[in-house]
Amino acid sequence: MASPLLSVSNLRKTYGSGPSAFEALKGLDLDIAAGESIAIIGKSGSGKSTLMHLLALLDRPTSGTITLDGTDTSRLSAKQLNETRNSTFGFVFQQFFLNARASVLDNVTLPLRIAGVPRRERTARGLAALSQLELDDKFANKANDLSGGQKQRVVIARALINQPRVIFADEPTGNLDTATGAVVEDILFDLNRRRGINLVLVTHDEDLASRCDRSIYIRDGLLAAHAAVAA
Amino acid sequence: MKAVDIVGTAFRNAFRSRLRTSLTVLAVFIGAFTLSLTNGLGTGVNRYLDDTVASVGVDDVMTVTKVSESRPAEGPAEYDPDQIAVDGPPGTTATALTDDDIDTIAGIDGVRGVEPVKDITTDYVRYDDGGRYQISLSSFVPGMKVELASGAQVDLDATDRQLVLPESYLEPLELGTAADAVGQTVVLALTDGTGTQVTTEATVVGVAEPGVISMAGAVPNDALTQTLYDLQTTGAPEQEATRYARASVSFDAAAGDEATQALQDRLDEAGYTGSTLEDQLGTITAVIDAVVLVLNGFAVIALIAAGIGIVNTLFMAVQERTREVGLMKAMGLSSGRVFSLFSIEAVVIGLVGSALGVLAAIGVGQIVGGVAGDFLADLPGLTLIAFDPVSIAAVVLGVMGIALLAGTLPALRAARQDPISSLRHE
Repeated sequence: MASPLLSVSNLRKTYGSGPSAFEALKGLDLDIAAGESIAIIGKSGSGKSTLMHLLALLDRPTSGTITLDGTDTSRLSAKQLNETRNSTFGFVFQQFFLNARASVLDNVTLPLRIAGVPRRERTARGLAALSQLELDDKFANKANDLSGGQKQRVVIARALINQPRVIFADEPTGNLDTATGAVVEDILFDLNRRRGINLVLVTHDEDLASRCDRSIYIRDGLLAAHAAVAA
Repeated sequence: MKAVDIVGTAFRNAFRSRLRTSLTVLAVFIGAFTLSLTNGLGTGVNRYLDDTVASVGVDDVMTVTKVSESRPAEGPAEYDPDQIAVDGPPGTTATALTDDDIDTIAGIDGVRGVEPVKDITTDYVRYDDGGRYQISLSSFVPGMKVELASGAQVDLDATDRQLVLPESYLEPLELGTAADAVGQTVVLALTDGTGTQVTTEATVVGVAEPGVISMAGAVPNDALTQTLYDLQTTGAPEQEATRYARASVSFDAAAGDEATQALQDRLDEAGYTGSTLEDQLGTITAVIDAVVLVLNGFAVIALIAAGIGIVNTLFMAVQERTREVGLMKAMGLSSGRVFSLFSIEAVVIGLVGSALGVLAAIGVGQIVGGVAGDFLADLPGLTLIAFDPVSIAAVVLGVMGIALLAGTLPALRAARQDPISSLRHE
């Protein structure tokens, strides 16, 4: 197995301090290989969201290391962390977090705007990302005017626009009906298979988890079991 | 995120909640409008005074008086036999200048010429056996130009007695139009030192338009002044005839302000006070400036209230956009950029409010100027509310500065938001 894209060792995260301190993660080890799709499963309060936030470099661990592509992320400056999240990661959340009044295109190109890409290039890449998700005819619409499934596709287009290596998805189908959810799932796994983008899914949904290369169960801040699924 | 995108985004964000932003803009508008208007008033009046000084064109003459012995801080002042009343608030006195003083002043370095100002009190003016009207005589300073409705300035070197009459005397004296009046002869009467009323004749050479300084009376030439003065002092004690309240000193104005100041200092050492026309107008200007400053103070209070409105508006915006800010931070937007987004949004509100306020003030200034033109017809050339680009820019920039300051607190809150808890915010 090649050196993992993301590697976590003895990861701990404590919220608060003193007697009220809450240990969300209690020493967790995990390797994620390049191109792998992985589901993080656990009850609420198990620490799965905390793990995803740490992996996505949205938060810093209390102790332990997270290595991204061979680099110890604790050594990165705030600026480098911002750049890494912007260029390496894509985010899909249960809620869409779309700017309802802005156009679909403006929503999709937000990461490029943050990265400081010129407008002309933003528009071209935004339209390309939308056409991949068959939304290119909607680019001028207000985000508010779209259906739930269309909105989640816009969110995926937004996550894709920077050609990320990892897409973090927190309950990506949680807000969608089964049929629409299935379409969104297909899109995500298709991206994983065809373009080798890593998927890190946080979910309650066992069916969704079973489509991943691997599922990990988190219980009380520790890894409970690995359930390898034939790819 | 590039600067241009930050500004663009801030602009769009500012108007996402239109009603709320409009109300805040309105508050800024009121402050900026008031400030521009009060500023414009100061500019207008001061500019008029400056223009008047320029048109009068006597920047090389100063008025010299003798310094009175300083009054004791408490108790009555000692009687000074040389003390005489001078122009100014009732009770203002100065020590009279004698011929010796005139010689002393003439000997001071930098004084080109000195002319005692002869105060003449006339009884009336009359034309062709018509009604008799009171008239005062302005002292005419060489080089001064009176705004004329008709005719010419008095000829100072002429030997015949000449007079420039204010326009307001034409109708009472039945002189007809300004053009008709020129060339006519009027009779001036005064009471001499023995208490007898005597008259003399003078030719009207010009008719003066109403102005702002010392144009209330008629302007005589030297020949007329001398004649009247001689008449006035006839029978008066010798001493009385050689006592003057003040003297006009001409000097080299081209030598610059420092040379003028040096001359004033030398006069001061010799025991005299010299004040140029600018000095005298400077007092008026200072009073106007003080009034404008107080008015501006009120406008600034309004702007501070508007600034608090901006703080409020932006706090609401930050609250509303918590999740959006969280998302942008998750996507790699730095805290500094988040701060800029919100502070520029505040500046946008300030800019829109102040720009509209200034424009409205200019519009209102035009209207008021038109209306005031009718009320203040006695002061031709007065633009009551004038705007100069520098003060307009200062108002707009100042308001933007206040807005920037107001935006700091909300922008800091947004910048400090933690992306994870922001994303969970309901």
